[in-house]
Amino acid sequence: MAAVLEVEDLVVRFETHQGTVRAVNGLSMSLQPGETLGVVGESGSGKSVASLALLGLVPNPPGVVEAKRLKVAGQDLLGLDRRGLQQLRGKEIAMIFQDPMTSLNPLLTVERQLTEVLERHEGLTRREARKRAAAALSDVGIPAPETRLDSYPHQLSGGMRQRVMIAMALLCNPKVLVADEPTTALDVTIQAQVLELLKDLQRRHGTALLLITHDLGVVAGMADRLHVMYAGRVVEAGPAADVLTSPLHPYTQGLLRSVPRIRGPLGARLDAIDGSPPDLAALPAGCSFAARCGLRTDACTKSPPPLVPVLAGRRSACLEAEALLLRSGVKA
Amino acid sequence: MSEPILAVRDLVKRFPVGRSGIFGAPRQFVEAVAGVSFDLQPSQSLGLVGESGCGKSTTARAIAGLLQPTSGSVRLGGAELVGLSRRQMLPHRRRMQMVFQDPYASLDPRQSVESILTEPLTIHRIGRPRDRRLRALELLEDVGLSPKHLSRYPHEFSGGQRQRIGIARALALEPDVILLDEPVSALDVSIQAQVLNLLIDLQARYGQSYLFIAHDLAVVRHLCQRVAVMYLGRVVEIADRETLFSSPQHPYTRALLSAVPEPDPHLERTRQRIVLGGDVPSPMHPPTGCAFHPRCPDVARVPDGRCARERPLLLPLADPGRGPASRACHLPHEPPARGGLGAHGPGPGAVSSAP
Repeated sequence: MAAVLEVEDLVVRFETHQGTVRAVNGLSMSLQPGETLGVVGESGSGKSVASLALLGLVPNPPGVVEAKRLKVAGQDLLGLDRRGLQQLRGKEIAMIFQDPMTSLNPLLTVERQLTEVLERHEGLTRREARKRAAAALSDVGIPAPETRLDSYPHQLSGGMRQRVMIAMALLCNPKVLVADEPTTALDVTIQAQVLELLKDLQRRHGTALLLITHDLGVVAGMADRLHVMYAGRVVEAGPAADVLTSPLHPYTQGLLRSVPRIRGPLGARLDAIDGSPPDLAALPAGCSFAARCGLRTDACTKSPPPLVPVLAGRRSACLEAEALLLRSGVKA
Repeated sequence: MSEPILAVRDLVKRFPVGRSGIFGAPRQFVEAVAGVSFDLQPSQSLGLVGESGCGKSTTARAIAGLLQPTSGSVRLGGAELVGLSRRQMLPHRRRMQMVFQDPYASLDPRQSVESILTEPLTIHRIGRPRDRRLRALELLEDVGLSPKHLSRYPHEFSGGQRQRIGIARALALEPDVILLDEPVSALDVSIQAQVLNLLIDLQARYGQSYLFIAHDLAVVRHLCQRVAVMYLGRVVEIADRETLFSSPQHPYTRALLSAVPEPDPHLERTRQRIVLGGDVPSPMHPPTGCAFHPRCPDVARVPDGRCARERPLLLPLADPGRGPASRACHLPHEPPARGGLGAHGPGPGAVSSAP
């Protein structure tokens, strides 16, 4: 099947007074129809900036987006002008953001937020669009959709607003849905509802989902494949279940160890990663994680290790990946 | 068990809403905290957990005296705090300090670290300026920062470092109790672990008690020996960590624990999850009877619609497991041995994906 999203060597940098901030440094990924790719990383890892680049939403200036290839549903994003981008957004690729309160327009009713997309992309009349909007709300499990159409965002709860955002994103049945921390602002019981909804919608519509999150628990239940990002680079990639059970990069290992769990044995202290992420305006010459890494050798500080295959389907950007593989006991 | 360092009884905080005109009488009240009671033992940590709007932060603020409680009692080391004037409160305030969620907003950007750390000492007239400076250096070392940080300003620090400064400020007066309101929620996972370890180490060294407010149950499990779960202004269950996490007795606690996703793909894809329908009701219009009954998966197991009519009291459980435990629920009590996380399938009212 043809990939609905193809990214090769994506670079996003920002020219600032403090110098060049390198937010994304050579990101490559592809997404098949119906697939879920999880992208995990902490603040400053570049995961959100990368997702904005996929929709042509990085402001220029100060942002500069470069890539060998950046294709959505077969169309080259880099060659498109403003108008072409607008044609693509909403129709082929759509996005849901973390905070549904600031990403919905507070001055428009739910109906107006939804019908605007339909009128723009599909040229529907007001009446037809209202009907479609009501159907979309009921599709995301909002009760009494007809009455909800007349509500304003502030009249809805956080979970309800995120459902409206999802309905809006899926209106034109896009091939790719980018979800940037879609449940981070929600309470845990509401998060469970929204994740179930996303899974269900994806099954029914065959949408490819790019799920960006800091929460390893969320990707564990949702993602088919996983990219782990650190300081603008993918440091590990592979099937989600394998990466989470036998990580092949010291950063992934450290991250998994530092997450407090609600089940299992309880140590007196947590296994934290010492230090903090590097300054993106002054990245080290070698591996960005070297300063915090227990496996560091001299070679690590020379040049950034490339993301290379270690096992079938598994890649790691660590010079010690082979040693980690041996220690993990996973068969090559 | 020893005398609690902090004893809270029937704490109520009511806010007026919807005044008729600026000076008019309030038309309505919202009860953010509706009768909360618990004990905090010396050198122990109690976690107060719940979702947004459950009243956990308001409870902490009312205890700290940042908000005037409407009624109830807060006793710190045996001394009653409710009803004291600002002046009368001052000597007690020394014994109880607070750390806030947002390390960006809770430090004054115009104050140097030295000034932030010595201010509590100045207010309470402790030591001479020279001693205060030495104490500030000591505090920096305690929280893993270096002497060179003393002359810097908050904007020069990362989020994790700022939270360390917030903790150092709370430690300055050697308090008996520190109230921590979501102290690690704004931090990245790897930094969060560092700050939690720091809190654990500091408690081992100085023996202060923590009242730890959080929505993240996993974080609470790592730090707190006892846990109280709140829903719509009330404690619905309180128990020792082992008991609460291995055999939760309130249907809301069970749902809350079951909703937490864990970075274990096999567990995440196989376990039965209780997905609650609906939203947390507004505290402006709390449901009748048990506030949780409209979302409760087990509501049909209690006969005669009792849950909708009669509010269950927080009562001690006869067979609580390790430590004393209480629960506010009409369901028959199931002894802890049988239960356990994941063993509870969704009840008859549970839905897999509901509005």
